[in-house]
Amino acid sequence: MSQSRRLGDVKVGDALPDLDVELTAAIIVGGAIASRDFTPVHHDRSAANAAGMSDVFMNILTTNGYLSRFVTDWAGPDAALAKVAIRLGTPNTPGDTMQLRGEVTAVDPEGGTVDIAVAAKNSWGDHATGTVTVALPK
Amino acid sequence: MPNAALEEAFAPFVGQDFGPPEIARDPVNEAMIRQWCDAMGDANPIHWDAEAAAKTHHGGIVAPPTMLQAWILPGVRLADPDRPPSDKQEELHALFNQHGYTGVVATDCEFEFERYLRVGDRVTAKATIESISEEKATALGIGYFVVTRTRFENQDGELVGSMVFRVLKFKPSQPPQQASSGDAAPAKPQRIPAPRGHDNGWWWEALDRGELMIQKCSQCGTLRHPPRPMCHACRSVDWEEQPSAGTGSVHSYVIMHHPPVPGYDFPVAVALVDLDEGTRIVANVVDCPFEDIHIGMKVECSIEELGGVKLPVFRATS
Ligand SMILES: [Zn+2]
Repeated sequence: MSQSRRLGDVKVGDALPDLDVELTAAIIVGGAIASRDFTPVHHDRSAANAAGMSDVFMNILTTNGYLSRFVTDWAGPDAALAKVAIRLGTPNTPGDTMQLRGEVTAVDPEGGTVDIAVAAKNSWGDHATGTVTVALPK
Repeated sequence: MPNAALEEAFAPFVGQDFGPPEIARDPVNEAMIRQWCDAMGDANPIHWDAEAAAKTHHGGIVAPPTMLQAWILPGVRLADPDRPPSDKQEELHALFNQHGYTGVVATDCEFEFERYLRVGDRVTAKATIESISEEKATALGIGYFVVTRTRFENQDGELVGSMVFRVLKFKPSQPPQQASSGDAAPAKPQRIPAPRGHDNGWWWEALDRGELMIQKCSQCGTLRHPPRPMCHACRSVDWEEQPSAGTGSVHSYVIMHHPPVPGYDFPVAVALVDLDEGTRIVANVVDCPFEDIHIGMKVECSIEELGGVKLPVFRATS
């Protein structure tokens, strides 16, 4: 983490190191509380059941938090996120595993940014897919 | 059918702000940042190590950018079921709820960041209802997509970032799933069994026994499928059943990629099969490369248990 990735070190097709997150109620509820999102379906199973879900499920801020962390783990402390755009899919529930994967799809030497196609999968399919744009030092 | 009364009622919401700008209760602070980083397993030192952060171009401790919305969310108050709608978005959702569109699911979220927030900054957010789609049929039920945009500024009025959010407000078309207990892995989604009623239960029960049946009009002899009470040819309600040999040919087919219905591995081949007896049935064609499937292809039926449901499938006749 102390080493920052430089723009010149990155090329299209580079894969980010895989990150598998074993989902627990603590991660899901902890993420909801850290984001001050007390919508009941994210911390109360009976509310989640009433909404048609088998259990509490991850809120979007936590999904974004994990996706951005996944990218900055790779990019290093000098990186700055410019954009996180995701399509949301299958819910993350306790007991499942969220598999984060990423691949560089564009490098902009002028703008100093890199586009990364990211996907967070779970046992139901795509939890979230999208693009993260990050500025790297030259 | 689009809901004209609803559409008329929601039209004035488009373009409106949620309400007055929302001002963060607390300035950006290290405690909330640390709690966020703990929850996300984020070890980036720019968020907690002042010395290490000072050596980066960030120049000091900064908040994780995707935490932006957390600074203005109301916290525990959100869990109060009796809380009246407090802004235009909640009024809009209440309006959808009144019309039976009680389901809500977020479909897209897009953040753009202009600058990182520093400890001591105070966030102000201004949110707008940007658009509401026409009525759409989705896998969850019919509904409307609502797009909102939130603009976040710091105490100096500088743009920090923006968030575009798309949600579907829908009429739920499926009953709630069974509750699970403990931290067990969620059950793999199964195929949704067809509802069995007075008019079609007998057909599914025959399938359960391994028999593919065809309904036949007792008056004029016309075959029909799927099962229904009245003959489309002579309007007689007298009918009998006859077994099908399960042989036929592909009348038409599609390779379906979307939407992903639970219990299937996509893409799947869905065919309309002309049974040799003279009626048609919709079923999957399996064990055949998609490029080999063609109109007129001879197929034969097999009744198989798939995802907990007995269903007819067709294979190319060898
Ligand atoms: Zn008839």
